[in-house]
Amino acid sequence: MTTPKDRSDMFQGYRGPARAMLEKFTIGVWSEVEIKNDAGSVFTGVILPRNETCDDLHVVIKLFTGYNVGLAVDRILDAREVGYRKAVYKIPEKEFPYDPKKKNVTLLGTGGTIASRLDYRTGAVIPAFTPGELYGAVPELADIANLTTRKLFGVFSENLGPENYKALAAAIGEEVEKGTDGIVIGHGTDTMHHTGAILSFMVQNSPVPIVLVGSQRSSDRPSSDAALNLMNSVRSAAECDIAEVMICMFGPTSDKYDLLHRGTRCRKMHSSYRSTFRTIGDMPLAMVHTTVNEKGSHFEYISHDYLPRDKTRKPVINTAFEEKVTIQYYYPNFNSDIIDALADKGYKGIVIAGTGLGHVNRPIFPALRKAIENGMTIVMTVQTLWGFAQMYVYDTGRDLLELGVVPLDNMLPEAAYMKLCWVLGQTSDRETIRKMMLTPINHEITPREPHMGYLIMQGGLPEVDEFICKHWK
Amino acid sequence: MIQRIDYDAAGLISGLEVHQQLLTKEKTFCRCPAGLYVDSHDGEVLRHMRPTLSELGEYDGTALMEFKTKKEIIYLLNKSNVCTYEMDDTPPFLVNQDAIDVAIELCLMMNMDIIDEVQIARKQYLDGSIPTGFQRTAIIGVNGCLPFKGRRLTVTHVSVEEDSCREVMNKGHQIVFRTDRLGMPLTETVTGADLRTPEEVRDAILLCGLVARSTRHVRTGIGAARQDVNVSVRGGSRVEIKGVAKAAYAVKLVHNEGIRQVNLLRLRDLMHERGITKSDDIRKTAVDVGDIFADADLGFLQKTLGASGKVYAVKIEGAAGLASHPTQPDTTFLDELSGRVRVIACLDEQPILLSSERLPDFANVHRYRDRVRKRLKVADRDDFFIVWGPEADCLTAAEEIRLRFVDAAGGVPKETRKSLPGGYTTFERILPGPDRMYPDTDSPPTRVVPERVERLRKQLAPPPWEREKQYSEWGVPLETVHYLIRRGGVETVEEVVQKTGVDGRTAAVEIGQRLKALKRAGIPVERLRTEQWVQIFDLYTDGRIPREGIRAVASVMAREPGLTADAARAAAGIELKDASEWRPEIEGISFDGYVVHKGDSAARRFRYIAGKATRMLRGRAPARDVVSFLQEKLGVRS
Repeated sequence: MTTPKDRSDMFQGYRGPARAMLEKFTIGVWSEVEIKNDAGSVFTGVILPRNETCDDLHVVIKLFTGYNVGLAVDRILDAREVGYRKAVYKIPEKEFPYDPKKKNVTLLGTGGTIASRLDYRTGAVIPAFTPGELYGAVPELADIANLTTRKLFGVFSENLGPENYKALAAAIGEEVEKGTDGIVIGHGTDTMHHTGAILSFMVQNSPVPIVLVGSQRSSDRPSSDAALNLMNSVRSAAECDIAEVMICMFGPTSDKYDLLHRGTRCRKMHSSYRSTFRTIGDMPLAMVHTTVNEKGSHFEYISHDYLPRDKTRKPVINTAFEEKVTIQYYYPNFNSDIIDALADKGYKGIVIAGTGLGHVNRPIFPALRKAIENGMTIVMTVQTLWGFAQMYVYDTGRDLLELGVVPLDNMLPEAAYMKLCWVLGQTSDRETIRKMMLTPINHEITPREPHMGYLIMQGGLPEVDEFICKHWK
Repeated sequence: MIQRIDYDAAGLISGLEVHQQLLTKEKTFCRCPAGLYVDSHDGEVLRHMRPTLSELGEYDGTALMEFKTKKEIIYLLNKSNVCTYEMDDTPPFLVNQDAIDVAIELCLMMNMDIIDEVQIARKQYLDGSIPTGFQRTAIIGVNGCLPFKGRRLTVTHVSVEEDSCREVMNKGHQIVFRTDRLGMPLTETVTGADLRTPEEVRDAILLCGLVARSTRHVRTGIGAARQDVNVSVRGGSRVEIKGVAKAAYAVKLVHNEGIRQVNLLRLRDLMHERGITKSDDIRKTAVDVGDIFADADLGFLQKTLGASGKVYAVKIEGAAGLASHPTQPDTTFLDELSGRVRVIACLDEQPILLSSERLPDFANVHRYRDRVRKRLKVADRDDFFIVWGPEADCLTAAEEIRLRFVDAAGGVPKETRKSLPGGYTTFERILPGPDRMYPDTDSPPTRVVPERVERLRKQLAPPPWEREKQYSEWGVPLETVHYLIRRGGVETVEEVVQKTGVDGRTAAVEIGQRLKALKRAGIPVERLRTEQWVQIFDLYTDGRIPREGIRAVASVMAREPGLTADAARAAAGIELKDASEWRPEIEGISFDGYVVHKGDSAARRFRYIAGKATRMLRGRAPARDVVSFLQEKLGVRS
């Protein structure tokens, strides 16, 4: 048995009275204890670390039955250590097998929760990452490709920023140079579509697929979507013909297949559904299955207008990024002070998510005019997400065009933001900016919206209910 | 084969896990209505489950076993009773505090220590019965006891948990669940292993039911209370019998499990005598014997071969005769093997597997047996089994057969068994251990402050043993008290006694026993509110209706909810007259119409005449007075 003194983590998360109690009885985190309270109840189990956001009045123990209970420290009469059992929460690590007949895929880690374990202090999930860990968690991966991994950083997706995008783009360039057959990027889902957009601009002309993947149900639960997403993303990186920046996530509600979405046209549309990612204003690129169809393929291509895989092609990496750019979501009573304040703070660009066809109210026109005259770039997208900014239809729109606001057609606000950051990182010439923004790099603006593209099904309608009843969601 | 055992000598011990649905408006972790069951669906979702690590870094055995089965799980959804939480596309909302309150009440009734900070944990279930793959559960109280047969039945803990799905279909690699019940709040009451006979188990189940009902905040009806019974004998292992729907069923189930364990221990000894003690001692050979059985006149094999399935023979060395070793009454070890093959290898085409000793009677059966023996080099000390189905499943089955023999060398494997009609059980899964539990990071802990516990303690209804004592002082039969507690009439009886001054026995018997008869006759007496009962008993204690009139007035009021008790009395034609008015009417009552039966007697003759007189005077004279008048008149001693 280890003596408590040797243990640096013995009060992990405990403070105040709770910590004082642990000190009093010289016990700590991972101590196997027998605790007696004022009702004569005896609790035997392991003291767990405390979540730091919880109060300092209770100590949490995992009983030997597996349940956890929180005991009020002011009711504890006696506690004694009977052993020590530090959790070794580890995904079994096995050597990832190499098969010369299989394609080589590189997995870049950013901190997503594709495969993970729990952290007690924060209740967060920590990614399992090495090929061995991934193989231990999802052994099916070995049947798909040879996997190497490279951990770039470990941050939640909401904390990713320009420096991370630059590092990612550079790493992609290096891996392509090394001759990988495809790249998978493990990523938190919250800002996956932002990363999808910026990488589409920073890494152009890729010879191989670049696939972003994550999970909506973390892999510490049996019903997680992580394994299916991971298998399908590795499959896509290894074998898919589309050499673009894509997002690979759950297609339907059921555990059936994943969809490959274009990085510039995709958006997270539900706070918790597995099938949260949807292609907006267009159709997804392809469906990916774990099993083969009658033609012997794992893929069903929905679009045929894509950049095909070609390992002889050289990628163009450009990691320019101007940080003084914002998105403003317009609403009635939007005050011109906001535009003035942004201008004062030196902002160089604003993406407006306007109402309807791309509108804002007249009282802010003077502020917009002033900002544009002082060199700011203001571009217009639509907060309806679906459809085009068509500012020539109404007077308001026409007047905004007159002020120099650039209409971005059907570019999604997040894609527009990333593109504007990237463009302003390269030039401050008004005409060049306008031209670059309006020239699509990878379908961030499309000329036509297919009539099947607008597929927000209105639940409750008889025909929709009938469809849902007939087909698995 | 032994059919009887001395429970004490065998060292039989048993404990309970009683699951009780709570009466809350909403489910445990979402805002869906609770208790709304349907038989239709308007959507389906398909899922697969994978095992995950416990917080201590280990995989749970059950989880791995269930992963081996590789089931396609389909959930049937209906928007009236499920939302995106049940289908696991939305994290849990904060735990239903009403459910926690009811659980605390239940704990207080069982003298338990309430947990200061309730922590929600996840308990893995990969069988698909819960779409997340785990059940959210939390201990609410520990260290309680119930008075039981003059001693104490310990209650280890009470937890609150979400109910699971209802299974609709389970065939091959597909299992279908309905989700309406999913997420309903339950309490699980776990007793110590203090029970020593099957009858004690039954009585303890009844007691736990009475305690739960006494809180007044639990659901009743089919499936609202279900219990698992843990049984072991000395040298055996804890086996959990799942889904014992009725207390009475427990008697035979526990008895049979006791016998099964004693028999399995004998089988272990037999194996040890043969020198088979550990995994390495049990070797198997599995060979495709489809060609041998290609022309065998056995429908299930032909069907399998026709559907490009395989037939495998599995040789187990040194296992001759073991498969016919008895287990449960009229059951052999072969049944243990087929249970594992059915559940884990998903081979469920009856009769699931064949043993060499008990091949069905078909043409040239000996020839087929000999061919298999030759092909697999089966020696006299060996045995072989036949399984059929998809190749991968046959191979899983072969290994499962071997593993079951390995378990047998160790005695009684810890497992969960499903109860079947007739008191038998069949393998359901390996008994899960603590490794399947880990904290639910989606839910914050709930602090239970002492003020909350005290508030609940103040409004706590009396526990059943207090009521039993009170009612027995009143002279009420025990079964009537239990009926009233189970069906929710005790509060009414107590209020009626307090408000009308009627004696407790009359109130309890009239409300308890008579009510049962009216209910059986299809009269909706459960509609009657306590105030209405008070009105009825007021009429009785005021001498306005006779005792037999209570039931008549109650039945009128139940059928016509708008009536006051007095109007119901009038409608029932009850108008008590003075004895001087009705006595003359029966002065000259005769035996006309009395048919002499074989069993003619004075008592029978008196019953005839008394019945005739009370019918004549119904509603005008209390039956008791009529009878005593006749007794006096005819000189019959009461």
